[in-house]
Amino acid sequence: MDVWSSLLDGFSTALTPMNMLYALVGVLLGTAVGVLPGLGPAMTVALLLPVTFALEPASAFIMFAGIYYGGMYGGSTTSILLNTPGESSSVVTAIEGHKMAKAGRAAQALATAAIGSFIAGTIGTLLLVVCAPVVVKFAISLGNPSYLAIMVLSLLAVTAVLGKSRLRGFCALGLGLAVGLVGSDPVTGQQRLTFGMPLLVDGIDIVVVAVAIFAVGEALWVAAHLRRTAAHVIPVGQPWMGKQDWKRSWKPWLRGTAYGFPFGALPAGGAEIPTFLSYVTEKRLSKHPEEFGHGAIEGVAGPEAANNASAAGTLVPMLSLGLPTNATAAVMLAAFTQYGIQPGPLLFDREPKLVWALIASLFIGNVLLLVINLPLAPAWAKLLQIPRPYLYAGIVFFATLGAYSVNLQAFDLAILLVLGLLGFLMRRFGLPVLPLVLGVILGPRLEQQLRTSLQLSQGNISGLFSEPLAIAVYVIVALVLAWPLARRLRPGTSRCTIDTQQDAGPDVDAGDRGKVSSS
Amino acid sequence: MNTTATRSGTRPRRQNRAELGVGLLLAVVGAAVVVDAARLNVPYSQSDPVGPRTVPFIVGGLLLVCAVTLTVNVLRGGRGEAEEGEDVDLSAPTEWRVVLPLLGAFLANILLIDVLGWVISGAMLFWGSAWALGSRHPVRDAGISVALALVTFYGFYVGLGILLPAGVLEGVL
Repeated sequence: MDVWSSLLDGFSTALTPMNMLYALVGVLLGTAVGVLPGLGPAMTVALLLPVTFALEPASAFIMFAGIYYGGMYGGSTTSILLNTPGESSSVVTAIEGHKMAKAGRAAQALATAAIGSFIAGTIGTLLLVVCAPVVVKFAISLGNPSYLAIMVLSLLAVTAVLGKSRLRGFCALGLGLAVGLVGSDPVTGQQRLTFGMPLLVDGIDIVVVAVAIFAVGEALWVAAHLRRTAAHVIPVGQPWMGKQDWKRSWKPWLRGTAYGFPFGALPAGGAEIPTFLSYVTEKRLSKHPEEFGHGAIEGVAGPEAANNASAAGTLVPMLSLGLPTNATAAVMLAAFTQYGIQPGPLLFDREPKLVWALIASLFIGNVLLLVINLPLAPAWAKLLQIPRPYLYAGIVFFATLGAYSVNLQAFDLAILLVLGLLGFLMRRFGLPVLPLVLGVILGPRLEQQLRTSLQLSQGNISGLFSEPLAIAVYVIVALVLAWPLARRLRPGTSRCTIDTQQDAGPDVDAGDRGKVSSS
Repeated sequence: MNTTATRSGTRPRRQNRAELGVGLLLAVVGAAVVVDAARLNVPYSQSDPVGPRTVPFIVGGLLLVCAVTLTVNVLRGGRGEAEEGEDVDLSAPTEWRVVLPLLGAFLANILLIDVLGWVISGAMLFWGSAWALGSRHPVRDAGISVALALVTFYGFYVGLGILLPAGVLEGVL
């Protein structure tokens, strides 16, 4: 079959000694930053963007693939040993994982997380191989209006569905779109929002935006609330599992994978919902329900698998449509543009070598993670002891270096500081970061699609609805937007029937936490 | 299973007033986008019926609507939930004594990097940041700072072909 021969080609690119080395570096780096508090895979890829310009694109993406999967693995180590999950996707792992660690079963918790991640990652990547070309075939037949509609949907879905407050999501989205507007208008060449500053004419470099929001903003935010008491890390030896553990783990791994992949592939699916669903399912199906809440291994195996499968699923829209649905994918998409590679349905046609090398390296990275990280777990646990002043000073240092090295302009550092302060404010007041970054990345592309669509219809607004898929997608958009309203207006289930005025706004108050609120 | 409970409820009043500032920020940015777009001239063109102004107007409008809605939401008692993290202790108030020196170190680097060069300004940045964050080993920190700055300077030059500014050490490095 065609797909499989392309995949083999990808392996031949990825298996050169040099690229293997990059995969190894990526996996180690990814795990390290996943383990380290305050650092995430999105921030790491952002910090590495400037450094990797000197590399071949394929090598760079092989490394990014390692970081992407490695970061997931490292996150689970932290939540099991430290019980303070950094990413929302590992919150569920911490529930049972940390209880297991406290009960002296840290080795088994880490093992089931690692092996489950490996299995889910491998199955998920296989599904990616099968699904992505199908989606591409479908997407190539789409015209600008449909593509515009899909982009609108993915932006709104990430903004409205993820996160705790829709209103604050839209605030962040608006700011991101505004940042994306800066620079000269691509059609007429007029300057927008440059305020007469010649250095802004080319727009704000996406690397600077990503580094500012993910790294500087995070460092400032942690600095403002740095935990003074050292966190207690549970010591751990070599991860291993007994026969009983295997028996109790393999079904949750598979079920978690089944939850994770489809949610990851959907716009705004994310990892929170599938990990939570997996946890609930395992609790219900378990033969040892009494162990839940006291360290049940199923409660680690399932959610961890779901988490990794969702990471693989996220790559389907990213590679086949050019639509990122989580922060790391967003930054990787920015990397494509930096290399002058146009993301979207034509990616598989124009850059087959790169795409298949990336996918092949996901398989390789998965194997490396399992082989390297099982013996290295005690070393990773030690990494949690790094003095915090050095950790965060290092983030500031490398963020500055990365942003500066793009253009060697001190001006970029000023932008870095301003946007870093914005990142700080957003964390303080609960504005989600992801809609902003997506707005910066997708905003200009959205505008371009809009202008092309209406150009084709000679300015007639009906040109936006000229394709059946576009209409269908706008119906979904309307449903996504109207959903909380409908829920409020429905008699009986409504929480606030007295204050009718409040029903009119798109805001969701602090009490409304979306779907994952109660079990 | 709501694991992200609010723990920052110590001073609701002040948080409330500060959060109104976010609404103000959104309003200012939104107004700037709209005003900026209004001065663009729109040549009539068959090939670009949308023109350069439409999208900025939409974005500006979105920001202004968000500004108003957020202000109403905050006045009614709605609150943004501060982000949690491994090293974040939300029960403590914002430590401006950490943040301000950190910002100072950052700002100093922006002003000095082109004059003093990366090795000196970068080392000062790391040292200053570590000190701001509570490290009290000035000598050891200085060693680490200089080492980091030198390694990155030569690493970028040799490995990536990027010559960071040498500044006053021009000729020495």
